[in-house]
Amino acid sequence: MKKNLNKKIALIFAFLLVCLYGIFGVPSGLSGKALLDAMSKRIHLGLDLRGGAHLILQVVVSEAVGEETDNTMARIQQDLKAAHLTFSQVYKPDPKNRPQLVQVEGIDPNQSGAVRSVLDNKYSNEYDIAGNSADNGFTVTMKPLVLTALEKKTDEEAIETIRDRVDSLGVSEPVIQEYGLGDNEILVELPGISDLDRVKEIIQSTARLEIHAVLGGPFPDEQAALASVGGTLPPDQELVHGSGALTGSEADSVYLLQRVAIVAGSDFRSADPGTDQNGMRTVRFTLTNEAGDRFYDYTSKNVGRSMAVVMGGRVREVANIESAIRDSGEIRGSFTPEEVEILSKMLRTGALPASLHYIETSTVGASLGADSIRQGVTAAIVGVLVVMAFMLFYYRGSGINADLALFLNLVILLGFMGFSQATLTLPGIAGVILTIGMGVDSNVLIFERIREEMRAGKPPSAAVDQGFAHAWTTIFDTHVTTIVSAAILFLFGTGPVKGFAVTLTFGLAANLFTAVYVSRVIFEAHLNKLKPGELVSI
Amino acid sequence: MELFHSVNVDWLGKKWYFLAFSMIFSVAGIISMSLHWAHTGSPVPLGVDFRGGTQVELKFAHTPDINRIRQATEAAGIKDAEVTTYDVPSQNEVLISLPEQTNESALDVGRQAIVDALHAHYDNSFTVENVHVVGPTVGHQLEKQAGLATLYSLLGMLVYLWFRFQLIYGVAAVVACFHDTLITVGAFALTDREISLTVIAAILTLVGYSMNDTIVVFDRIRENLRLSRREALPDVVNRSINQTLSRTVLTSGLTFLTVLSLFIFGGPVLRGFSFALVIGILIGTYSSIAVAAPMLVAWQDWRAKRGKTAVLPAAKRSRA
Repeated sequence: MKKNLNKKIALIFAFLLVCLYGIFGVPSGLSGKALLDAMSKRIHLGLDLRGGAHLILQVVVSEAVGEETDNTMARIQQDLKAAHLTFSQVYKPDPKNRPQLVQVEGIDPNQSGAVRSVLDNKYSNEYDIAGNSADNGFTVTMKPLVLTALEKKTDEEAIETIRDRVDSLGVSEPVIQEYGLGDNEILVELPGISDLDRVKEIIQSTARLEIHAVLGGPFPDEQAALASVGGTLPPDQELVHGSGALTGSEADSVYLLQRVAIVAGSDFRSADPGTDQNGMRTVRFTLTNEAGDRFYDYTSKNVGRSMAVVMGGRVREVANIESAIRDSGEIRGSFTPEEVEILSKMLRTGALPASLHYIETSTVGASLGADSIRQGVTAAIVGVLVVMAFMLFYYRGSGINADLALFLNLVILLGFMGFSQATLTLPGIAGVILTIGMGVDSNVLIFERIREEMRAGKPPSAAVDQGFAHAWTTIFDTHVTTIVSAAILFLFGTGPVKGFAVTLTFGLAANLFTAVYVSRVIFEAHLNKLKPGELVSI
Repeated sequence: MELFHSVNVDWLGKKWYFLAFSMIFSVAGIISMSLHWAHTGSPVPLGVDFRGGTQVELKFAHTPDINRIRQATEAAGIKDAEVTTYDVPSQNEVLISLPEQTNESALDVGRQAIVDALHAHYDNSFTVENVHVVGPTVGHQLEKQAGLATLYSLLGMLVYLWFRFQLIYGVAAVVACFHDTLITVGAFALTDREISLTVIAAILTLVGYSMNDTIVVFDRIRENLRLSRREALPDVVNRSINQTLSRTVLTSGLTFLTVLSLFIFGGPVLRGFSFALVIGILIGTYSSIAVAAPMLVAWQDWRAKRGKTAVLPAAKRSRA
């Protein structure tokens, strides 16, 4: 009996040590400060306690889809021309809501079979091709699986790009991840940052670099540009404004550009600031091999024409193609040093695949965070002291048992949190306080039952046995139902609420262990010491 | 020291008093919520994470004058700004809320506008403690999620109790929880407090707590029913409640004290949360005795009247 008991006590101590390790790791010393330092490495504070910025962004995936289908449209036109098949137009009937749908119209009915086979050959892997007898054409729609894959890829690329850019802010432990239930939302949490504007500038900047063929311009305004093409804009062209710097004045200028870029975005492999022979600031870029081939192809066929460098949706420079260019070039313009730096950084970290919308932002000041910690911890300490004092007063000797169990409970709870690298939020601290209240319930259940059994005349050890046996089913039921509640909260809640669910669950799990196993062992130790006829102090 | 041995109260006899008490508070809550709904389109004041919009928390160097602040924002052309004090007066903190923006790209404009307006028109330096900007889609998403979470929680508990006891136990417990939630949410409407996501967490917790409490009583009823098949159900239920009374009062008391500590010391951010728990724990304890237990007996009586056999194994009539 005694040996068994010693083994159990040893087990409990071992468990206690493991949990202490979870909380503190191996601290550098035993002073208060060293312990606190060690703890803060293991237990992470949530944003509401540390202060920082919290953003939820939505990726406008339809832009990425639109770009992909723009490319497809251009390739379809090339392929049909190469096969000498006639068509009146290739366009997207609803580019805003259904960017995945492309329409080919005006086919010669005799050539319909040939057109079909061209489309089938090249595009049927990714697109569904349907005949459209009404206007002698075909409808080419991106397959739903392909569409979903593209959207997912866009989300992932956005997350990667944001991560790179946020790194440059030097934030420790940023959180950047998918958020929510599949609406292309991204969560960004940056502890310690309170200047939201700067964050947005760094993340949001769609400094996409693109090079387009110039078809007309510069025009003084959009009307003049449209007039040059007979009033309506053809679907494969677009109007882009110039930046005032080009003309040396603040006057607006509008260019007519080919919609599909010659090279764009991730085709750029690197970009660095430089100066040209006149001392003007420039951005030197290099393209990837594949893009370099395409660029060479285009420029060698279009010597004498112009191309425009478009950045952030504005024309930055217009250059004449003097000779074929393969994969490196220089963008000249009157940039400020900051602009050059930002542009280079943007190009180096890759372009965002699509724009981002902010749908929620919040910042918590650091002082508010510190206040919250102070208040939460005060409330917790008061709560613990009140409960411990009461248990001692009401249950006398067994009160010590309950208090030990309570203390162990807290240590185990913090240990779990340390091991799982869970985040402690303000509601999480509230969860700890709640665990104290609910945890002591188990002890009360057991002790009340023991008292009842003793009143019915049972000897101490039998009373203790019966007390634990009867209380167990109730303790189990109550803990399971609350854990179910907490699990649902975890699934549906956001950051702070998740923190609450986590501490509550850990606390209840720890409680099952301490109330049933540890309390039992303490009772056994106490019973062993009792003289015959002596009653348990309860 | 022992408070409650040999208690022998006839709880079920008092059920009409309990019913009256519950009705008064439920109805008061419902009326308050209906009035609020008529006024503002939602039954309770909603926190910014549900209703969307901008909320800025400012801490001033000197005591802030609400009227001056309102004038300052109006002078800068900011419409519909709601200005309220926050936390205790000694903190000099003010909360400024702007309504929901339908255009999500204009999301952060509100905060900057408020800061600029105050710098320009109100001479009292301040720091921005906390900013929360919520677009309309997120607010609605959150409402839906909160509603689903509550529903799933109750359903989960119902299934668990059905599994461990019998269906009627589950139903009685869920009705009691629903009663608790109604009165707690009603209390928010009555005291004009906001319901934020953390408050929803508190409400789900109190559902769990109320369940706990009800289960303790039910467990005892089940045990007693197994032991004695001669007693009438009302007698068994009364005895079970009396036997568990000391545990109930103690646990509720202690949990209540810890939550009260949170309410008093826990700071303004958690105040809504702790308020929900303070009310919830009291009502949750009450409902196990006053709502769940009487429901069991009422169900039994109803089945007996219909001539069906007893679902809960107890003698049909009291052998008095």
